[in-house]
Amino acid sequence: MSNGYHIVVCGSIVPDPLQTLEPVSSPTGPALKNEVMLPAVLDPWAGHALYEAANLAAKQPGGKVWLVTLGPKAKLQQVLMTVAQKVPFELVALDGSSGGFTDAFETAAQLAAAIQAIPGLDRNRLLVFGGWESASRGAGATLQAVGEILGLTDQFQGVDQLTVEADGSFTILERIEGGKHQVSKCAGAPALLGWATGNLPEPRNNPQVGMANMRTAMPALQRAKPVKVGAEGVTFASVTLPKQQRNTQIIKDRSEDEIAREIVEWITGKH
Amino acid sequence: METILCLVHVETDGTLAKASLEAVNSAATLAKSLPGSAFAVGLIGELVQAAANAIATCGAAKFYAVSGADFASPRYATDAAAAEAICRAANATLIIASGGSRWARVGAGVAQRLKGRADTHVTAISVENGAPRISRWYYRQRIETILSRAQRPWLILTDPGSAAAWSGATGTATVESVKVAITDANRRTTVTGIRAPAADAQTIRPEAEVLFVAGAGWTKKQANGQPRLKEAETLILDFLKQSRASLGSSKSLVDISGEGQAVLSFLTHLNQIGQTGSTPRHAKGLATCCHGEEPHSVGWRFINERRAINLDANCGWARGKADILYVADAFAVMAKVNALLATR
Repeated sequence: MSNGYHIVVCGSIVPDPLQTLEPVSSPTGPALKNEVMLPAVLDPWAGHALYEAANLAAKQPGGKVWLVTLGPKAKLQQVLMTVAQKVPFELVALDGSSGGFTDAFETAAQLAAAIQAIPGLDRNRLLVFGGWESASRGAGATLQAVGEILGLTDQFQGVDQLTVEADGSFTILERIEGGKHQVSKCAGAPALLGWATGNLPEPRNNPQVGMANMRTAMPALQRAKPVKVGAEGVTFASVTLPKQQRNTQIIKDRSEDEIAREIVEWITGKH
Repeated sequence: METILCLVHVETDGTLAKASLEAVNSAATLAKSLPGSAFAVGLIGELVQAAANAIATCGAAKFYAVSGADFASPRYATDAAAAEAICRAANATLIIASGGSRWARVGAGVAQRLKGRADTHVTAISVENGAPRISRWYYRQRIETILSRAQRPWLILTDPGSAAAWSGATGTATVESVKVAITDANRRTTVTGIRAPAADAQTIRPEAEVLFVAGAGWTKKQANGQPRLKEAETLILDFLKQSRASLGSSKSLVDISGEGQAVLSFLTHLNQIGQTGSTPRHAKGLATCCHGEEPHSVGWRFINERRAINLDANCGWARGKADILYVADAFAVMAKVNALLATR
């Protein structure tokens, strides 16, 4: 019997960060204008979690990675064409809204149920990964709630490093205030880690990995269960773009000496 | 009627951090705005009495605490158990806590345990028609919302720096101890320490007056056709040393360093601000050699006074976002800034 970790990565899709976002009202609450048309990417911090998961699984015989994701099926397929070429994983897809205005706890309930339904998942070897916050809701709430539903009380957020020690315990670095890391020792799996950036670069596209992944990903997408995720109980009084437009004073004709003097007076509180 | 509970953790020296006092102020203000509401404080830490005394006159009618060595360090299992126990003891419907790393780690988990809801990164709490509502941003500080919730308990984590810290007379608080049974299962994790750069190498300073934003332009070829990386490093570090400013970096610059290129060696992902970085709060911000439009410039959303130095007068980072844009060579200007600071 192998001892590799069973790593479940929770991650969704978000609009490409370079896209212009404009809020609109929809029958189900706030949404983004032309949301279905916006190009999507894998949520950046979830991406880091996925790459860290694959790296860890590759070091352990019998290790396996699942990507559990919730989003509109067509969008998921579009993003998977890229993501599937990065690292090996098995897809578990849920067909529903990935919008930022949905509630983290409703999303968490669906993700947890999907994880619990993964055949052969060994809880004693379970690591639940994800981004510590999304680029949509940005709450850092979903993973914690997933962990609670799954009964995982060794949770870490803002993780930049996970080291598996010889005895199977973990040394974990979590971001805290002031550019520092909190160092923790954890007895081992099961545990939940919300990743920040980690230490790994984005893997290069590997067509062979992509072909292997898509063999299972396409059927997984086809059987993606439709789920309802909204924001029950939430009333949005306003949803707006920041209106503050500063009247920028553009200074072109001042010498470097004058600019430096002005800046120094400003930062030292004398201007 | 709402029962408002402010959760605070006690620092290892027995005090309350500024962010905790901000949460106390937010909760106390909310309690005053909701006639008929009850207000309590919950403390978690190794020793809590001194901290309770420090906020004894904040208006809270009750003080609950979970204390002991098991609760000294930020650890999910024990912090969540303690917070859950206090929330239940207080029958809290609105729970306010600082969104610092300790409560951010457990807040949503506690809400899930209580069958409630949590909202994080809250920048303001207000009352409208007798009901509380919050302000928070979505899509990485690009869309601002005001919302309210029907669910209770509702746990609200406020962003540090978004409210004034509570201040008032000390007193003697009567603290009701809440018992929490801790087992070995709660002790699977042990906090062993803090890893931080050496004091003179620490470039992230949350309490700094000024945020200095270094853009990718520092690493580009300059007028002589060559990049001037060493000079850029020296200029930036000299400025940070003399001004005690905090250093932020645009994503592109951090990515370059993450790819192993020899650029601005002191930058890490922790310096990153913006889309996938932080949105720090400082009184002033000076952006140098930054470029990019809205998605990149959200990193200084919460900077009050903003100035920028850039060779491009149409720089999207600065136009409409900065108060003043100096069209100039940042290398030359910062060298002179450093020289002036050195004489002070």
